[in-house]
Amino acid sequence: MLDKALTGSRSYWTLLAVLSALVVVGLVTYLQQFSQGLGLTGLSRDVPWGLYISQFTFLVGVAASAVMVVLPYYVHHYKAFGKLAILGEFLAIPACFMCVLFIFVDMGQPRRVLNIILHPTPHSVMFWDMIVLNGYLLLNVVISRATFRAERAGLPPPAWVKPIIYLSVPWAVSIHTVTAFLYCGLAARPFWLTAILAPRFLASAFASGPSLLILLALLVRKVTKFDPGKEAIAKLGEIVTYGMAVNCFFVGLEIFTAFYSGRPEEVEHFTYLYAGLHGHNVLAPWMWASLALSALALFLLFIPKLRRNETFLAIAAVSVVAALWIDKGLGMVVTGFVPSALGHVNEYWPTGREALIAIGIYSLGGIVLTVLYKIATAVREELQA
Amino acid sequence: MKRRSFLKIAGAGLAGACAVPVAEALTHAAKTEPAPGAITGKRWALVIDERKCLTKPGCNACLQACHKPHNVPAIPDPRHEIKWIWKEQYQHVFADSVTPYTAAALKERPTIVLCNHCENPPCVRVCPTQATFKRADGIVMMDEHRCIGCRYCITGCPYGARSFNFEDPRPHIAEPTDYPTRTRGVVEKCTFCSEQLAVGKRPLCVEACEGIGCGALIFGDLGDPSSAVSKLVRGSDLARRKPGLGTSPHVFYIL
Repeated sequence: MLDKALTGSRSYWTLLAVLSALVVVGLVTYLQQFSQGLGLTGLSRDVPWGLYISQFTFLVGVAASAVMVVLPYYVHHYKAFGKLAILGEFLAIPACFMCVLFIFVDMGQPRRVLNIILHPTPHSVMFWDMIVLNGYLLLNVVISRATFRAERAGLPPPAWVKPIIYLSVPWAVSIHTVTAFLYCGLAARPFWLTAILAPRFLASAFASGPSLLILLALLVRKVTKFDPGKEAIAKLGEIVTYGMAVNCFFVGLEIFTAFYSGRPEEVEHFTYLYAGLHGHNVLAPWMWASLALSALALFLLFIPKLRRNETFLAIAAVSVVAALWIDKGLGMVVTGFVPSALGHVNEYWPTGREALIAIGIYSLGGIVLTVLYKIATAVREELQA
Repeated sequence: MKRRSFLKIAGAGLAGACAVPVAEALTHAAKTEPAPGAITGKRWALVIDERKCLTKPGCNACLQACHKPHNVPAIPDPRHEIKWIWKEQYQHVFADSVTPYTAAALKERPTIVLCNHCENPPCVRVCPTQATFKRADGIVMMDEHRCIGCRYCITGCPYGARSFNFEDPRPHIAEPTDYPTRTRGVVEKCTFCSEQLAVGKRPLCVEACEGIGCGALIFGDLGDPSSAVSKLVRGSDLARRKPGLGTSPHVFYIL
């Protein structure tokens, strides 16, 4: 099947070439970090986690969102998702892969990373996160491979894969729950110490992942002869509407709890995030942009006439992805550290080299995604012909 | 043999080969005995008498006694600093005790801080490799050879007591001693001078404080009812940092 990825149009190869170039830049930059240490990032004593861990957190959501097509299609037999399911699974694979890479580049001693397996530690949430994340990657590889092969041969999915598909549903929930537990189980960080973190992560995942899928589906329809289906894309729009509404509701709950209770340790973090503290406000403009994008997205999604118009739906999807990327990929992790455990306000902003490494990982994920989507669409075109 | 079945068998074999070191790591729990001449205790603790400490303004005896022998680097960039024991303003150490009427002098009063060697250390709970662990005598230790540098312990510590080597520390050590230097990419912190206890001596900060005739740092075994720390803990109005978090710090303050 991989042969489908070896033939393609000029733009296909151009895309792969550009992504490969960015991967090389990222890799060379990572080698610098490997030899000099994490000192070349913007991280510090007070803010020990930053861009890398934030991207990991955001991408776990993207990976988990595959369940939003898998569940309706395989469990509820919602036929319209028949063509979309594979795109969802093929999005989850590079998302998981990038998660693992973002964790890896964040390690101070990457050569020792296998110590997590050599000295398994069940009381560490990070241990469980490694298990659920790699497990989810494996599940999606197995499921997409089996279902896709069957489909290509014109057969229903093999019987043995059904239980695995059902397992992947709670497993998808688990990857984002366990990732939330990384944060919300820490008494040291009041900003994260909230039981709503896991539900909030899931809600944002079910908004941002399907939004990304809408954009990819529209793109696929534009550049290939394969059409994932108008109904399927519209249904994704509904899923995004619910996910985004619930996500914004949860954010509101957090803000109410912090400001109405007036507990200083929570108020301070939210104040830093949206307004800045002691003149430090590097995140505030981003967060207001995130709020504005959320408002725009909700407006476009709530009005059925606009949502069903694919141009507006695309704008809404871009807004959702951008709003939630700012929220999770930029603000959420760092704000837990500002102010620090000792009450100091020291800000974090990634360095250029840190950003290059992150772009390199996204590009590598982009290559995997492009190749998988190429295979999926080429086979589909073949079947349609 | 088909290529696919070969790959399957090879994969299973590889998984089996990986299982061996895992199983070995699980079964080889090291059993060690304290060396003859070591000081042993059931539960080590430190009491910091701030009233005494205040009688020597500007004194850095304990800090110097710790950082130099332990090869703690003097990194100029505050973002990358390594600190085992240092001074913080009172308002940052005991934020809950500051009122709107607290005088600036008290708010800014330098207060000694270090690892609290908690009874329920969150750093130990979150560490994915057990590179940081609690000994039977209460000391929260660091195995810098096992640490993968994920910094989850720093995230979990409510006291900011842990430092990460963002860069190679060795160029920043003026006069290296015999104590092992660390490498970049690992976390480190105060160990209650486990290396001193192992040879029958008390922590260097405590000895230095006594050496200048101050005695503001009192170290001892809470498992021994007759120890000085036991008496202080029983009878004095002592403070602990962030007691509401359930970590149960074993560094006590007389304020």
